[in-house]
Amino acid sequence: MSTGLRRGGRQARSADDQISAPRPNGPAGLPRLLVGLDASGAPMTLADHGRVHGPIPRPAPLELIEAVERSGLRGRGGADFPTAIKLRSVAERSRRGTVVVVNGSETEPASAKDRLLLARLPHLVLDGAVLAARAVGARDVIVKVGEGSAAALRSLEGAISLRGGDDVTIHLAAGPEGYVMGEESAVVHLLNGGAPVPTFVPPRVFERGYRGRPTLVQNPETLAQIALVARYGDRWYRELGTDADPGSALVTISGAVAAPGVYELAFGTPMTDLLAAAGGSTEPLQALLVGGYFGTWVESSRAFRLRLAREDLRSVGCSLGSGVLIALGESGCGLHESARVIQYLAAQSAGQCGPCVYGLRAISDVFGALADGVAHDRERDRLLRWTAEVRGRGACHHPDGAARFVESALSVFGSEIEWHRSSRCTAVPAGMPVPGIAARTSGPRAARRSAAAGASARSSQRGSGGSGR
Amino acid sequence: MSARLRVNPIMCEAHGMCAELLPELIRLDDWGYPIIDEAEVPPELVDLARRAADACPTLALLLDEERRR
Repeated sequence: MSTGLRRGGRQARSADDQISAPRPNGPAGLPRLLVGLDASGAPMTLADHGRVHGPIPRPAPLELIEAVERSGLRGRGGADFPTAIKLRSVAERSRRGTVVVVNGSETEPASAKDRLLLARLPHLVLDGAVLAARAVGARDVIVKVGEGSAAALRSLEGAISLRGGDDVTIHLAAGPEGYVMGEESAVVHLLNGGAPVPTFVPPRVFERGYRGRPTLVQNPETLAQIALVARYGDRWYRELGTDADPGSALVTISGAVAAPGVYELAFGTPMTDLLAAAGGSTEPLQALLVGGYFGTWVESSRAFRLRLAREDLRSVGCSLGSGVLIALGESGCGLHESARVIQYLAAQSAGQCGPCVYGLRAISDVFGALADGVAHDRERDRLLRWTAEVRGRGACHHPDGAARFVESALSVFGSEIEWHRSSRCTAVPAGMPVPGIAARTSGPRAARRSAAAGASARSSQRGSGGSGR
Repeated sequence: MSARLRVNPIMCEAHGMCAELLPELIRLDDWGYPIIDEAEVPPELVDLARRAADACPTLALLLDEERRR
């Protein structure tokens, strides 16, 4: 493996532009990833995949990494990290025997793109995984999928059994689906026979991961994009998008839109066009949640001026995360919906680190009380002190993501807290997908009391969930 | 010589010993878990920081010392 990498390095230097030369058969415009997807709902067969994209190319290892670097591709699992740097940090350690893990857990409740790729376009993802494995000198690929994703598991089982000629062995692993499975250290810990919880870093998984080997953990969409870059080159890749954010992205749009679903859009697309792609809004919007439950709320007036681009999103303090966009209509209540999300995030703590376990639970209880109009306004300052204090104090980024969400909820919907105390909120449930957390609205006093009782039931539930793992 | 303090949050069980022994650098949150506002340890506190790390009952307080040659 290591000799292969060295040989590849020499080749790549002598024929630098080998994969960057545009090929005539790259799809023009959109869709790219989703090209060839029909309405049947069945996985694309290997034969159809070959007809659409041609055979899997065989670039030298360094050649692929350099093409990915020039393409500007960044990870689509939420962390937005440059993919080439990640590939390189594992490839550099290839002498120790490396492993590629596809993290297909897709733990973000409002995201559906990875399951769509795995269930419908398994060969595109597997091509990317095999190409990444060759680039980092790995002989094994492990595809980890949530055990509840039946369609993805079925499709992958079929696809893996049909693939021949890969010098890489692909293994399928079904496992738990909790929110923290988005963390690469949690996936590796699980695959190593441990509990599905994050571990203390360093060492990071690219240093010591699966069975102690340098491990590349990638998101399915990132790998599918790698499969396209390897085939059609980085110049083709940059034909869509902006200079800073080239290419296309899968975005899961839900909430108050006519046709919620997964859409492939070019970077640089105006937010209003994103909503139009999903059939347009079904009512006037008050805010958009960008980036999922570790993401940020943005008032619609500001959000409508943004494009799907990192610089635009950064200007309002958010990132695309795993490509989730939720539209909140005027009939819904941002405080109540956010309270549900925070309750969910608190319950999804892996239960290992004190600041996350106790901090998020307290933050959730106080936020719920503010939404119910039963907390003093000074509780808000306490909430902001807690969100500042829990940041960076977990083994993983769970408390940081939750803190960011709470802070954005307070900044966008905070002005409604006083109103919730003085009068009854008449909003209707907005139907945000928050697993295990019931819809909530402001009820009469009796309902408020039962909400308080619910808070303590929640805490005990959390305790048993933590010990069960 | 430079030294930095870290907490392994998985190991930490909020005994609070560190904040007792090194109040200059470590305070506790509302649940008794340590908050380190500035990880860099000034030279005059390195000995005390080392003592605090050694005293942690779960060995969760880590002092990374870099020695210059």
